[in-house]
Amino acid sequence: MAGLATTLGSGAMTNAIGELLGAEVILIFGSNPTEAHPVIGAQIRQARKRGAKLIVVDPRVIDLAHEAEIHLKVKPGTNVALLNALMNVIITEDLLDKEYVENRTEGFDELWSVVKGYTPEKVGPICNLDPEDIKAVARLYASGDPASIVYCLGVTEHSTGTTGVMSIANLALLCGNVGKVSGGVNPLRGQNNVQGACDMGAMPTDFSGYQKVANPEVIAKFEKAWGVELSNKPGLTSPQVFDAIAEGDIRFLYIMGENPMVTDPNLHFVEEMLKKVEFLVVQDIFLNETTELADVVLPATCFAEKEGTFTNTERRVQRIRKAVSAPGESRHDWEIVSQVMERLGLKNNFTSAKEVMDEVASLTPSYGGYSYERLDREQPQWPCPDKDHPGTPTLHVGKFARGERAIFKPSEYKPSAELPTEDFPLILSTGRMLYHYHSTTMTGRTEGIMNIAGEAYVEISPEDAIKAGIADGDRVKVSSPRGEIEATARVTEKLSKGVIYMPMHWPDGAVNWLTSSHVDPITHTPEYKVCAAKVAKA
Amino acid sequence: MHNVIIDGQSIEVEKGTTILKACEQLGIEIPTLCHLEHLAPEGSCRMCVVEVEGVQNLQISCATPCWDGMVVTTMNDRIRTFRSMIVELLLAHHDVDCFNCSAVGDCKLYQYAMEYGVEESRFDHIKKVPVKDESSDFFNYDPSKCILCRRCVRTCNELQSNGTLSLKKRGGDTFVSLPFDKLFKDSNCVSCGNCVSVCPTGALTTKASKTYRSWEVTRTRTTCSYCGVGCQMDLLVKNDKVVGVEPADGAPNKNLLCVKGKFAYNFINSPDRLTTPLIRKDGVLTPASWDEALDFVADNIKKVKDESGPDALAGFASGRVSNEDNYVFMKMMRSIGTNNVDHCARV
Ligand code: SF4
Ligand code: SF4
Ligand code: FES
Repeated sequence: MAGLATTLGSGAMTNAIGELLGAEVILIFGSNPTEAHPVIGAQIRQARKRGAKLIVVDPRVIDLAHEAEIHLKVKPGTNVALLNALMNVIITEDLLDKEYVENRTEGFDELWSVVKGYTPEKVGPICNLDPEDIKAVARLYASGDPASIVYCLGVTEHSTGTTGVMSIANLALLCGNVGKVSGGVNPLRGQNNVQGACDMGAMPTDFSGYQKVANPEVIAKFEKAWGVELSNKPGLTSPQVFDAIAEGDIRFLYIMGENPMVTDPNLHFVEEMLKKVEFLVVQDIFLNETTELADVVLPATCFAEKEGTFTNTERRVQRIRKAVSAPGESRHDWEIVSQVMERLGLKNNFTSAKEVMDEVASLTPSYGGYSYERLDREQPQWPCPDKDHPGTPTLHVGKFARGERAIFKPSEYKPSAELPTEDFPLILSTGRMLYHYHSTTMTGRTEGIMNIAGEAYVEISPEDAIKAGIADGDRVKVSSPRGEIEATARVTEKLSKGVIYMPMHWPDGAVNWLTSSHVDPITHTPEYKVCAAKVAKA
Repeated sequence: MHNVIIDGQSIEVEKGTTILKACEQLGIEIPTLCHLEHLAPEGSCRMCVVEVEGVQNLQISCATPCWDGMVVTTMNDRIRTFRSMIVELLLAHHDVDCFNCSAVGDCKLYQYAMEYGVEESRFDHIKKVPVKDESSDFFNYDPSKCILCRRCVRTCNELQSNGTLSLKKRGGDTFVSLPFDKLFKDSNCVSCGNCVSVCPTGALTTKASKTYRSWEVTRTRTTCSYCGVGCQMDLLVKNDKVVGVEPADGAPNKNLLCVKGKFAYNFINSPDRLTTPLIRKDGVLTPASWDEALDFVADNIKKVKDESGPDALAGFASGRVSNEDNYVFMKMMRSIGTNNVDHCARV
């Protein structure tokens, strides 16, 4: 989410979910809300019933594409070219919000100097699109007052993810949609609390509330509060950690609540590194593919067994509450970690989750107004700096988080890091489906769900299926330069020729045995959306 | 603002407020069957009638806006008689085999029949309805229990916006059906269960509801642990086990859930849950005490830190656990002296 932080000063959803109902146009870009965020998907449909016009940009014919005014079946990996072309049309046809650009942004000339080269005629062939459709989308988006952009992993999970996000922000700024109720730039976060994990400083460069490790004042503040000496050297991102294990630089790894052995890209490499690291602690609620490699496994409690908070994709902090007892001797994650700290001579004296939140509030300006007492009554969105602050549904109203003006950060289009070859002629794109969540450790335990969605499948276009001699329902081998897995073929018009699609969830047939280790150079988000592949009958 | 007097109590309400809403604000309970939050009033069941001074007919409170100076009575003999007649009419079309109904205790029809003293119906009509549909993996549909409040139809069409359910007329009988009379499992139904959650009777019930009665469960308000929408929900607990989930009226979800939030809770009580720390001994994960396991972890942290410095350690927190868990985790890693803390996979 670094892209948004650069242009606007904050990387979160700029508007509240409920504001979608007031949008005139909703541009759904690389996101499949009816499957990945179903209740937001339902609200987008409600908005449409109230007259909002939908635009879908996605390589697949997702459900909402049937309800959209226009669907651009963009070739995976070419988002930046498309976004530049949309801006090219908006500027050439004089559809931009001039007053807004004048008063609230900087860098317009730089933007034009880049996007002027991206005429729809030039970009059409790159993205596999009709230039007229590109123009129509540009006009429709520009006509929306307000217009909201909803995007997801289809934008970020590319080696060019950050430039994609910045280009989306450019487009929204150009039409004056940022800082406006029912407008905005709205990334939908995948996991239930990935927003909260970022907010809490589970990031190598930031303490909680995006307070920078590189800022000496921040370090001084936390040193004083915690009574320890802290490092000001930015740490390693998770993909860098695996590289550092390869180099022998990281010897100890502690994984809390994740299953990288299904969800990380290029599982062969991940597996090798988890085996190689000298000491691996895994803390989770189930045994899984990652605990198999652990030296110590610590049993944690799940959301139904503990007090705490999650922060949703719209920055809303909401409580979870204990409903049932924890199984066996399992303990809360924060409790286990506190007990390790004690043994290291690091005191923190937390006796309840509530006390942890009190410390978060005292050291994190954007969370300053939260306490469990208040969250029982209301659930404001951050920034919520003090207990009387009502919270902030819409970001950047009147002023941007980064300062007076937002900045246009134009980018040139760069092809994906791994392109199809003669041996691997197809583009493999991965995603999520309605019935499952990440690795199937949680959803896989509900029988009804497994009845509906019990096994790995790969979607393939009729053209490519014929070429490979595959019929609907055949068992097939899907391979990439990194490996091979089996799945059931679903032949479908949903995809264009040359692109295949696999949901990520199932450990057997885990598509991440195939995906590459290419990452975005800034956020280190893996390129799950594009790798080279081929399909053959099993 | 309008000044209204309800049962002798006076209240100021905003323009456009319905009588029902004004009653809610005063804590006066009005029986409703077809009314649904977040949707335009349906006004079809007429259970919510009240008397308005100067107006001859009883008024449906869910759809009638207050006006300035309005004087409302919410209960008297006339209202009571009217409401009990409605219940009687509904019962005539309702299969009253309550012993075999999993909605017992949760059924609004049953509740109002008790409240209005309706023990049996003088009206007699055997409704010709289609057979039960038990094809869904998650819920059952019994048309003989349907009272035609249309809550499910409106929820599916206007809120979930999935367009699976509609009312159909055949002969003199109306019932809820799916396009082309399909079964749930063969339809475009996405198993969100939102129609089930709003059904006031036993017509739409979760399969799991057979295992509990509503008075046996406690409810705990919480946040769904699956995706980033953060839907608000109540966990229904019986004997220390989660037996069901009901949507709540939270800002992100306004009474909706998806199939994961509504039905995928079995993992909580799964026998496969980890219950004790495990330490790998001779290649095998072996149960250990907490002291052993925590010492083992701490000793290895110290060892690696002493030998190779704090940056030889790294930790991944998670987008699945709570803010509090993540905060304490990052505090630990940084206090050890390294900023090598991230959440996994950055997705
Ligand atoms: S479960 Fe959801 S989609 Fe299916 S009929 Fe009910 S409301 Fe409609
Ligand atoms: S109920 Fe569905 S949409 Fe809502 S938070 Fe849970 S997984 Fe997401
Ligand atoms: S609740 Fe008012 S008419 Fe049904």
